[in-house]
Amino acid sequence: MKVLSIALNTFRENLRDKLLYNLLIFALLMIGSSILISKLTLGDFDRLMIDIGLASINFFGVLIAIFIGIGLVSKEIDKKTIYTIVSKPVARYQFLLGKYLGLTMTLFVNTTVMVIGLVLVLSARNIPVDMLLFKAVALIFVEFMVITAVAMLFSTFTSTTLSAIFTLAVFVIGHLTPDLKTFGEKMDEVGRMMMDGLYYVLPNLERFNLKGQVIHHLEIANADLALIILYGLTYTAFVLFTAGVIFQRRDFR
Amino acid sequence: MADSDFVVQTEKLCKTFRVGFWGKKVTAVDLLSLEVRRGEVFGFLGPNGAGKTTTLKMLMGLIYPTSGTASIFGHQIGSPDAKGKLGFLPESPYFYDYLTGGEFLRFYGHLFNLWGAALEKRVDELLDTVGMTHAKDLQLRKFSKGMLQRVGIAQALINDPELVVLDEPMSGLDPIGRKEVRDLILRLRESGKTVMFSSHILHDAELLCDRVAMIMKGKLVACGHVSELIAGGTTNEVEMVIDRLLPEALEQISSLASKVVLQGERVMVVLTSQQDVDLALDVIRSAKAKLVALTPHKASLEDLFIREAKGAPPAVEARVA
Ligand SMILES: Nc1ncnc2c1ncn2[C@@H]1O[C@H](COP(=O)(O)OP(=O)(O)OP(=O)(O)O)[C@@H](O)[C@H]1O
Ligand SMILES: [Mg+2]
Repeated sequence: MKVLSIALNTFRENLRDKLLYNLLIFALLMIGSSILISKLTLGDFDRLMIDIGLASINFFGVLIAIFIGIGLVSKEIDKKTIYTIVSKPVARYQFLLGKYLGLTMTLFVNTTVMVIGLVLVLSARNIPVDMLLFKAVALIFVEFMVITAVAMLFSTFTSTTLSAIFTLAVFVIGHLTPDLKTFGEKMDEVGRMMMDGLYYVLPNLERFNLKGQVIHHLEIANADLALIILYGLTYTAFVLFTAGVIFQRRDFR
Repeated sequence: MADSDFVVQTEKLCKTFRVGFWGKKVTAVDLLSLEVRRGEVFGFLGPNGAGKTTTLKMLMGLIYPTSGTASIFGHQIGSPDAKGKLGFLPESPYFYDYLTGGEFLRFYGHLFNLWGAALEKRVDELLDTVGMTHAKDLQLRKFSKGMLQRVGIAQALINDPELVVLDEPMSGLDPIGRKEVRDLILRLRESGKTVMFSSHILHDAELLCDRVAMIMKGKLVACGHVSELIAGGTTNEVEMVIDRLLPEALEQISSLASKVVLQGERVMVVLTSQQDVDLALDVIRSAKAKLVALTPHKASLEDLFIREAKGAPPAVEARVA
């Protein structure tokens, strides 16, 4: 119950954040502009529109997750609003969890709005929308959850600027993890161990990317889908747990 | 005295901060041992930077002591049991400014599992208590500093706590506001609560507190009943202002006085005992001088404060078992 009230309060706080609306408007503009691009190109424009649409949802969602995520906790400490909450019988991990769930709610609403935008654009061009598109969006959302948790983890022990840089790095490298292994094989012993370490520690974000499948109408088995979601949630839980351990030991000053 | 009579107890509490690039150590609280008793108003005094806020933040579980222990209601500080029957107003509070006064208090009510009609009633009561009923639907961003301080106090009382801890509750308030907070603290005591507040405004502490502790540079320098602490200081000082005093009479009086200030025709002297005052009066009468003013210097916490700050006489120990 305490976690839920903190989450709802965070959700309300997010909804009054101008950054959120700016990013949302950009995302919708991108999705909408794919109509124009598709008119300029010959041939296979429905692929292009789906590609641009999903990529916009992914990109702007991640930006929201990072830039609101890094401020979730650090802003409360800077402005000392956390003092009145942690001095009540609220455990620190409950506070962290509440903030996390609040932003997850915000992201859910945002994703929904962006998907509605995409579906409207697609149907305006008479492009069929199938179930696979929604599966792809579901996985993109799981990626948001992972990224939000990572942003939160960094913000429990570094400044907001560093948190933003680190989280962006995790996002970029996380999409290249298979390459890390191949890259490491070409290096010496130490380099290989480091690349292997990164490969196992960083989230394998390419797993959440179904854009190729959607464009080429390649069905994905439900069992595989469930497994990927399970992977994402487990990774998130692990990151949040680590954040909780660090947060528990912190001085608020 | 039974242990349960102590609401707050600290035992050799220390806090060092590391500051700057080289991690230089700053000792903010140094071996602080004190206790707050059930039902009293306890003043926690000290000049700027003495370590008051640091101590209170440790008690609230916001920062961890470097060494030493402390308990609230016999529970270790920071534990849910210690925080359950507690209300806290942080120093110069800043709150979620996108909430209205009512939403703000409701949010804190939820953290104590208060919902629905019971919560609504409590919120209205509290807004009334701090004189903020008019601000129930106003966003906190539109509040003045004093108004924030008031809802901050209301927030601290949401769970009807047995111990109320206030960090500088009077700062930023106008004279009327200060009086209202003083009255509120006294009302809390009447209803059996324990109040601990920090301040560097000694007048407020003198008016309100049963007992006070004074810290400087993180160390406890005095602790006890206000009256005892004051009695430990110099009293009976009397200031006299005299006109038309002839030189020889002035000489006689000067020999009695601890301080003499000449201002043209006028003389100001400070005498330290009743006997000296009587003698000086005799001189004045026989010399036909004119006594303009005679003001007894009442010893106050302020004197103690200044004396301690100068570090002159040894610390007053008025601790009672
Ligand atoms: N976060 C911090 N980092 C480093 N030093 C700190 C920190 N907080 C407080 N200090 C130091 O600890 C000492 C005590 O500070 P504290 O805020 O507890 O004083 P205070 O008694 O509350 O003063 P005031 O009356 O001004 O509020 C000061 O020397 C201060 O510089
Ligand atoms: Mg202070």
